[in-house]
Amino acid sequence: MRGTFWVIEIINLHKSFNNHHVLCGANLRVERGETMVVIGGSGSGKSVLIKHVIGLLTPDEGSVVVDGVDISHLREKDLNEFRKKYGMLFQAAALFDSLTVWENVGFGLMQHTSLSKDEIWEIAKRKLEMVGLKGNEDLMPSELSGGMRKRVGLARAIAMEPEIILYDEPTTGLDPIMADAINDLIVEMKKRLNVTAIAITHDMVSAYKIGDRIAMLYDGKILEVGTPDEIKKSANPVVQQFITGSSVGPIRTV
Amino acid sequence: MFTKTITYIGRRTIDFTAEVGRGFIMFGHTLSWSIRPPFNLRNIFQQMEAIGVNSLPVVVIMAMFTGMVLAIQTYTGFKRFNAENFMGTVVALSITRELGPVLTGLIVAGRAGAAMAAELGTMRVTEQIDALVTLATNPIKYLVVPRFLAGFLMLPLLTAVADFIGIIGGYLIAVHLLDANPVIYIRMTTKYVELNDIYGGLLKAGVFGIIISTVSCYKGFYTQGGAEGVGKATTGAVVLSMMLVLIANYFLAALLFR
Repeated sequence: MRGTFWVIEIINLHKSFNNHHVLCGANLRVERGETMVVIGGSGSGKSVLIKHVIGLLTPDEGSVVVDGVDISHLREKDLNEFRKKYGMLFQAAALFDSLTVWENVGFGLMQHTSLSKDEIWEIAKRKLEMVGLKGNEDLMPSELSGGMRKRVGLARAIAMEPEIILYDEPTTGLDPIMADAINDLIVEMKKRLNVTAIAITHDMVSAYKIGDRIAMLYDGKILEVGTPDEIKKSANPVVQQFITGSSVGPIRTV
Repeated sequence: MFTKTITYIGRRTIDFTAEVGRGFIMFGHTLSWSIRPPFNLRNIFQQMEAIGVNSLPVVVIMAMFTGMVLAIQTYTGFKRFNAENFMGTVVALSITRELGPVLTGLIVAGRAGAAMAAELGTMRVTEQIDALVTLATNPIKYLVVPRFLAGFLMLPLLTAVADFIGIIGGYLIAVHLLDANPVIYIRMTTKYVELNDIYGGLLKAGVFGIIISTVSCYKGFYTQGGAEGVGKATTGAVVLSMMLVLIANYFLAALLFR
């Protein structure tokens, strides 16, 4: 399959906000079943990039093609059909704080299926078990720690059995051990559910661990794409500076 | 200096026009989603509780004291030309036509409007609204429509309560404190207050409900910039909906009660 079929194609993506050109012709292809990690500095447009993939933002120019369909120009109704194939984990989990943990996990099922409340509760319970949160179904999001919130967010993202999962900085704001636990979960999700995933992060430990391939976003473009090993050996000084985390190099720090 | 001023005025004009346009577009979407099934009854009832039931104590106290103070003021005023008998009429007309709907509107704008803007604003800045979208759920339908419908339905109901309580408050003070004749007081109330006065007031209240919920949801929905942004959105929602309630009140009064 490699090289013949691309599940997500980002083509020449441009986006600006208030005259600030964030993405200037980003191109990226993600294969079916792989986990693509997009790395880049804070404010480099990683979030903007991933939000285009699920239609939260519309490109100024260029397109996002998923399974052969250009989703950036779909009507909302058709786009929503597409979104049911997705799960997204937000940076701060973005749990609905007026709903309990299990209602959060079952939200998509409640909105889009005719399953009964009991059936949805069962599914939510199973998904929560998968992320190691058995027995917390009836808590409110405000009662959870940061790591637990991310896990619930992950359970919510996988509740509808998505084909594509988007991770927005999955390990940011967690202690190293919790971050590693989340990384393990992401790897496990890929194995168990056989999903295609895009993760954005600036945490290199996480990038190496979860990524099949890594893409570096710099100056609004994808600078380099490669396997973790290829990226580690990259000759590009920008990539080297970023992955080694040095303040000295071509990347401007101010 | 000159070009700077012109630029400033131009930019503010464009921003203002864009914002008004965006507001009306959102209002249009809200209307069209309001009549399309499925109806999220749970959310609608929740909002009706938040806007209506939870505002009830404040509205009751407000109406009671407004009716009471109206009685005192009309008594002292009308006594000067021996027209105390008209107290009941004046109290009832003032309350049903103006004070009931307007004060209820202002209270709901301060209570429920602020709550709506703060809640939606927080949901915006914590990406909960984005999360709704990623779960293939239209946030206007899920968040704004229930608040809109609840505002539109509950404001007239609250106003009806305020009218009733206000008139009772006026009666109590007039009869028990100012020694008005209860029979005359009631007769003067029922004789001169027409159903149209009450309906007009309730209709105004319905419009206020639309204004408050639309403005507050709009402000919350388009919040930018973290906790500070939520604060600004909340203040903006309350100030703007109060302004619009008062302005709309004038035009509705001019239209309805000529």
